[in-house]
Order: sequence, then structure tokens, then C-alpha cells
Amino acid sequence: MTKRDIFYGLMIALFLAIVVSPFASPWPDGLEKVAQSKGFMDKEREHPLILSPFSDYLWPNLDNEKIATALAGGVGALFVFIAGYGMGMLIKLLKRK
Amino acid sequence: MHIPDGFLTVNTWGPCWLVSFFGLGYCIKKTKEVLRDRMVPLMGIMAAFIFSAQMLNFPIAGGTSGHLLGGVLAAILLGPYAGAIVIAVVLTAQCFIFQDGGVTALGANIFNMSFIPAFFGYFIYNITKNIVKKDKGIVIGAGVASWLSVVIASGVCALELAISETSPLKIALPAMVSVHVLIGIGEAIITCLVIGFVLKVRPDLIYNK
Repeated sequence: MTKRDIFYGLMIALFLAIVVSPFASPWPDGLEKVAQSKGFMDKEREHPLILSPFSDYLWPNLDNEKIATALAGGVGALFVFIAGYGMGMLIKLLKRK
Repeated sequence: MHIPDGFLTVNTWGPCWLVSFFGLGYCIKKTKEVLRDRMVPLMGIMAAFIFSAQMLNFPIAGGTSGHLLGGVLAAILLGPYAGAIVIAVVLTAQCFIFQDGGVTALGANIFNMSFIPAFFGYFIYNITKNIVKKDKGIVIGAGVASWLSVVIASGVCALELAISETSPLKIALPAMVSVHVLIGIGEAIITCLVIGFVLKVRPDLIYNK
């Protein structure tokens, strides 16, 4: 893969995370919906085990929810890009040994 | 389909953690054998793409939404082992940074959304690809495998909920599967579109073409 390929690939991902994701459906997903309708949603732990920085895919302390989603999404996409790339490089390094 | 903390009891999430931990170790070992240079940046791009695509909930019937899981997509481009690793990276980030999916349930979530599509889904994809030849086989295989893996994953999720006595199997199984039969159609459409696009612009990126 050339640098240009990597750039285009990352741009597509960032476009989805930053521009499109604020307009995603706010409805509950399949499992949440089933948990609500079958009455076991209340089993979810009230206090999370760990404090996540961007809970519910929102940048904290921002009034505009669309911008909060776009920011959290963009940072998240960049982070997993680095993490995925890093895993690949790590495995490549292990291979050389 | 990200299970939060509290839905699963330790007799369920414990074994799931073990299976996912050792399963990922095995995936790393196997990826070492098959890793090609072009796969390294592609692992980053696929992680970013699938993370972003998972944020895009699309509405399905009855006030419910679904989103891409992406396991079959990752496996078609990276092979099952590196594909499973990429989805596990995404799920781990979602759990710790975005509070999407519980810490205790992470093992179960990796099993359902990474291992089932990357291994079972990839297996179905390969069978279909061998029956329907050429590019058509790749696209049809992608569609069949991604739909089936979402439905099977939802069934396994229901089973985990039942073992934890969160919801009895006779209630959770039909409810989960009937919703995900529809969500799986979205998964299949997106996976086919992306694979079709890759076949057009960069067919060399398909693993084992």
C-alpha cells in the first residue's frame, strides 16, 4: 500500500466518523431494544466499572451534541487507526525474531 | 449488540474472557505466519473504517436501529486471523474509551462480534466463493456470510443472556434473532457495497483472492 492509499483510506473513515455519524439513527440497537421490551434493561450496572472519557460517543462538556459526536468520533477513528496499525507493526516485529 | 456490564454473570463472562484471550493469542501467532507487508497499514485503515461505520446506526422497523459489525468485511480483506484482531482492537477501544460494551462482557463481545464473523463467517464466505466463481462469488459470499454471522451472533448472545439467567432462552432467542434477521440485511448490503468497491479500485487488497 502506498502512502496515498493509506491517506485515502483514513480520509474515508474520518469522513464517516466526523461528518456522517452525527446524523446516525438515535434509536436503540437490536440488543438494547430487546432488553427494553423483554424487561431486563435494568440489569445493566448503574455505575460503570471504569470511567470512559467519551461516554456514549460524546466529547464531554459540549452543548452541541452533533459537534460532540463528531469530535469523539474523529478522535476515536484516529485512535483505532493507530492501534490497528500498531498491532500490525508489532506482529511484523515478532515475525522477524 | 455490545453487551453492557450487568447482563452477564461471572459463569458466562469468565469463560468468554478466557476463550477470547487465548483465541486472540492464537490469532496473533497465525497472523505472524501469513502477514504480508501491505496488511500492516490495512489493519489500521480497517480498524478506523469499521469503528466509524459502527457509529452509523441505520433505522430498521419498529423504533430499532442497527449498525455494521464488520467482522466478515475485515476477514475478507485481512484473512480471518488479522481480521479478528482488528475487530477486537475496535471492541476494546469502544469498551474503555466510549463505554460501549462492558468490561466484564468484553470477552463475550469479542467472541460474538469478532470470532463468529471472522471464523464462522469467513468459512461460509469461502464455501460460497468456491461454488459461485469469480468476483461474483466474492460479493455473494460476502453478503451470505455477513448476514448469517449477524444472525448467529445474535443467537449466541441470547444464549449467553440465558446462561446468565438475565432472560430465558425461549424469550431472548426469538427476540434477538428476529431483530437481527433485519439488521443482518443492512450488514450484508454494506459489506457487499464495500467489497464491490474494493474489487473495482484495488482488487489486490482482497485476502486470498
